[in-house]
This record gives sequence, structure tokens and C-alpha cells, in this order.
Amino acid sequence: MVKSIHEGMQGPHGPKPKKSLSARNIVLYGFLLVAAFYWLLPLYVMIVTSLKGLPEVRMGNIFSPPMEITFEPWIKAWDTACTGLYCEGLKVGFWNSVKILIPSTVISIAIASVNGYALSFWRFKGSEIFFTILLFGAFIPYQVMLYPLVIILRELGLFSSLGGVVLIHCIFGMPILTLLFRNYFASVPEELFKAARVDGAGFWRIFAQIMLPMSLPIFVVAIILQVTGIWNDFLFGIIYSGTTNFPMTVQLNNIVNTTQGVKEYNVNMAATLLTGALPLVVYFISGKLFVRGIAAGAVKG
Amino acid sequence: MSGEKVSGEKLHGEKLDGEKLDGEKLDEEKVSSDSVTSVAINDLSLSFGSVEVLKSLNLEVEQGEFIVLLGPSGCGKSTLLNCIAGLLDVTAGQIFINGINVTWEEPKDRGIGMVFQSYALYPQMSVEKNLSFGLKVAGLPKQQIEERVQRAAGILQIESLLKRKPAALSGGQRQRVAIGRALVRDVDVFLFDEPLSNLDAKLRTDLRVELKRLHQRLGNTMIYVTHDQIEALTLADRIAIMKDGLIQQLDTPHAIYNQPSNRFVAGFIGSPGMNFIDGVLEQKSDRWVFNAGDITIPLTDYAFLQNPQSGQPVEIGIRPEHMFVGDAAQGQAVVFSCEADLVEPMGADTVLWTTIAGNSLTIRTDSESTVKAGDSIDVGINPNRALLFTATGERL
Repeated sequence: MVKSIHEGMQGPHGPKPKKSLSARNIVLYGFLLVAAFYWLLPLYVMIVTSLKGLPEVRMGNIFSPPMEITFEPWIKAWDTACTGLYCEGLKVGFWNSVKILIPSTVISIAIASVNGYALSFWRFKGSEIFFTILLFGAFIPYQVMLYPLVIILRELGLFSSLGGVVLIHCIFGMPILTLLFRNYFASVPEELFKAARVDGAGFWRIFAQIMLPMSLPIFVVAIILQVTGIWNDFLFGIIYSGTTNFPMTVQLNNIVNTTQGVKEYNVNMAATLLTGALPLVVYFISGKLFVRGIAAGAVKG
Repeated sequence: MSGEKVSGEKLHGEKLDGEKLDGEKLDEEKVSSDSVTSVAINDLSLSFGSVEVLKSLNLEVEQGEFIVLLGPSGCGKSTLLNCIAGLLDVTAGQIFINGINVTWEEPKDRGIGMVFQSYALYPQMSVEKNLSFGLKVAGLPKQQIEERVQRAAGILQIESLLKRKPAALSGGQRQRVAIGRALVRDVDVFLFDEPLSNLDAKLRTDLRVELKRLHQRLGNTMIYVTHDQIEALTLADRIAIMKDGLIQQLDTPHAIYNQPSNRFVAGFIGSPGMNFIDGVLEQKSDRWVFNAGDITIPLTDYAFLQNPQSGQPVEIGIRPEHMFVGDAAQGQAVVFSCEADLVEPMGADTVLWTTIAGNSLTIRTDSESTVKAGDSIDVGINPNRALLFTATGERL
């Protein structure tokens, strides 16, 4: 009986066959390829140009690969490129950026994670209002606050110093980071928090021993956000850091926009690539984690 | 005070107040040292904004008693448990544990252990660390922590799991670890917040029996919240049936089932639920009878709790197992014919649905019953087991 049914099996059966080369797929992949090519082209031009010598650049074939590969422009951009009167290259800006980046990232994330934790689990009177104000802060355009902040920093004695820029980055990172952490902690079951309280753990112990170990993904997201955001910052760097502390982005601008002498396109390209290297590397390494963390935080609001 | 969670600052402030009242506390301890009340709740109220969740609630739990708080969702049973645990700030009233006023105390200082529905195990810690966390916080010596963890693990038979993380455990094992976490704290009062609700039916039955054994072995006071009446009836020494923030009845499972104090309790306990028929109470010579349409039920031996009045509208409540069909119906005091609307085989027995005088009723019969939907059946009622309720839902 069973056998006869099997023998008589006609029509669709088993897994549905997949069509790999339908017209729809060709159009889809074709479009994706063109889009990818379009977005990658500038990067290609930059890399290629940065590896050429100046005479070759002058020939004007910007798409052709270098006939003679040279790393001279990269070395010059890093070590001896001139910004105004100083000819010390981008390395000065690089180290300034590092000096701004590390304390800003660490301090802002440390404070924001505690904020988010407190807002999710230790709600106090007016915590909702506090949170609303914080969120509101995230939507005010930076330009509105530039001048007041100049005055505040001046009064604090922090204007034109690394400390001033770090403070500004911490303040402006706070709304989005707090939101990120609050939403993440809101997805942690409240019973876990209650259990820890019954076990006698207080505010800091619950944070350090229960919540921190389980919030690694969201810390990665926060670090990526802050590292790329602060590294790419130009506005705060040029206004608050003072001429001796210009971050890499500002210095890059000064190198690229010098009006004196010959335009060294290859050096400019190399300098730009050097400046963009850190965010680029961060995205390549952590793209997957980044998306996962953002999604995890977004589930509950 | 609002029902929001308290800030660390506020807690601190309250604690200082608590310390100031130390003298008072000692007095209270003396007063109640001769009684055996384990948990006492006096006029406890809790509001979330304008919503009153608990309304001046009173409850006394004896030493070593297993109390089950039972009620529909939203009745305030879990809220009450959280108040006892100190996880929610009360709006008014007092909570005593072992005669000490703990109303303002931190959860850890109340001498309670708590088990949650979602297990609430610390996901990054091994079972051993989960068990010992509270003891480490309390600053116990290593030796003692080790001993207590081993003892709890032995009692719950989870020794082989000590090195595992919670993610590598089954639901039943996780809940055992959660119980262990309460066990190691060596407390007098255990609080359970629907601990078995996340488990499948088979495991739930097994763990239920284990919990009962555990209680017999340890003799601690246990307060257990559930919405499952089978759990309540099987586990409890006394059941507190709650509705709308009030305890409707606090009594033994037997009394709750057989002598419910009002219509809500009568209807809530029992599955399928009690049958109710609307009717009128009438006095004929010196006998009381219940009349509903063409049905008359004599109430010869009914023990009235209140003075009945002739012509009073009442509801009569009869449990499905006190109604009979077939041969068994013939011996009963009241017999009438009707039609079976629906037949539900439940395994151990079969439930018949029928309609009498406009009321849909259920009758529990033997699973061997051959009645089919649409059959005409004779239904007999045993009036000695029937209960009367007034129009306002009170027992008559």
C-alpha cells in the first residue's frame, strides 16, 4: 500500500527547487554590483593615486594603476607634510586625536552605562523627565550650543586644551549612549535584578558583577560609536582644542587645503587614507557585532 | 509615596530612620517572642499612582506553614509577595517577619529567600557561583560558604551541575538551582513567585511533589504565589484566595473547596467550575426550597449561615461531581430530564454539558459513560452538597 503511493508520487515533492539564475536575480545582483562598484571607485582612486609619484599623477590618468609603486607620499604625509609653519606631518595630529579619543571614549561610556543602568533599574522620582530631557538634548543642533560652550569652557579654564575637548565629547556622547544602555538594560529581566537585591547586592555590586558581564555586546557598540564619532569629529576639534592640540582631521584639512606651492595629490590622498584608517579598520573588524548590538538595543524601548 | 522603585538615595535615608528606631524594634521583638507568627501583615496598602493594588490587607502566617496566594492575574498576589520581600515600597501598613518590623528593611535583612518564575539565575556565573553569590555579599567565610552550597546541592540533587552555567541546564534544573539559591541563605521564610509556571506539565507535577517534600523536610515557612489551583490545593496548608487586592478567604484547601465563603471563591476553585443556577428561595410550611423555573430543590438539611427570607433571590451552586446521570441519578432527591449538549472526555472522567432552566451546567461522569451529544439524560442532584449565595455573592 505504502509502496504504491510512493511509486505513484507525481507532481511537486521533496524540497522546493531553487532557481539560481532567474531574470529577477540577474537584475538584483547586477544592481548590487554596480552600486558596490560606484561606492568603491573613489577609494580605489585614492589608493592608486597615493602610490604614484608626482610626475605620474600629473599625467592625469587617475584610474590607471601606478606604473611604479612608491610609498614616498605616505611617509611624507605622516612625517613631513606642512601645515602652515610647521612641517611635522600628520603624526602630531594622530597623537592629539589619540589623546582626545581614549579619555573621551572611556569616560563617556563609563558614565553612560551607569546612567542607563540607573534609569532602567533604580528609577527615582522624576527619572522619566530626566530621561526625556536627555533625549531632547540629542536632537538639538550642535551649532546652537557652540558659543555658550566656548564661554563655559573659558570660565572653567579649559578652553583651548585637550581637557576641554574631552569634556565636550563626553557631554555630546551622553544622550545617545545613555539611550543605548538604557534600552539594553530594559531588556534584561527585572527578576534578575530583584534576585540580586534579595541576595543583598547593592547598586554598584549589581552593576559590576551581574549587569556588566552580560552587557559586553552593547559596550562594543558604544565603543564603535564613540571611536568613529570622536575620531571623525572636526567641528569640536577646531573650536575647542586650541592650535597646538588640533586632532588629525583638522590637520588633514590644513594639509590638503594649503594654497602655497604645488598640490601634492598623492600626499593628500595618503594623508586622507591615514586619517580614515582607524574608522575603516573598526568597521571592517566589528561590522557584524555593531549591527547585532544596535538591533539588540532596539528591541525594547 | 509613589509606587515607583526607590532610588539608592531614598533607601539610604529610610535605613537611617530604621536604625533610629532600633529601640522600638527591640520592644516589638519582645512582645511577639512568645507567639509563633512567622509573617504578619497589618493593613498593608499599595498604590501605583491612582491604582490601588493592595487594599488594607491583613495576613498572618504561622511558623512552618505553607501558604499559597491564589487568584486570577491582576489580583495583587505577586505584588503582595514583592512587598513581603521588600522589593516594593508599601504605601501604608506594616510587615513583620518573626516578630520584627521589617517594613523599612532591605530585602537582604528580612530573613527571606525568593524564587522567581523566570528562575532569574545570573547567566554569567556557574551554578556554584549562583548559589554562593548572596553568601559572598554577606561576607561569610569561605569554609562556611562551601559547606552551605554543598548542603543545598545535596538536598536538591544538583551536585553534578555545580560547574555548569545556567544556559546549559534544563528548565527543571534551573528552577532547582533557583530554589537552592534561597536554600543556602538559611532563612526562615521562603517566597515563591509562580516558580513552576515556566515548566512543562510533566516537570511541573514532579517539582510540585519535590517542593512538598522539601517543605516537610525543612519545616520553613513558605509563601507561594500561583494561579494554578491544583498547585494551590496540593501544596498548601492554607490557601489565601485573592481578588482585587483583598483576601477573599484564607482557609485549608478542604474548607476552600467545600465551604467557600462567597460566590467568587466557589466559582474560582474547581475545574470544571461550580454550576450556578439563579432562582428564588421559598418557605413551604417549615421547609425551605429553591425554585428556578420548573426545578425545585428541597433544602431540608441546609445549614444557613444567615437568616433566610422567603422570596429572596439566590443562586444555588452545585459542583459538577455532585450531579449524576444514568442509574446514579435515580437515588437522588432531585431528578429531572434534559439533553446533553456537549461531551468532553477528560481521561479520568467525562464532562457533560447541558442546559437547565437557561443555565449552562457541567456534570462530571465516569469515563465509561456512553452518553453522546444530543442524548436525552436524567440528571440527579444531591442537594446536601449544594451551596446558596445571596444576590451580592455572599454565602447564605
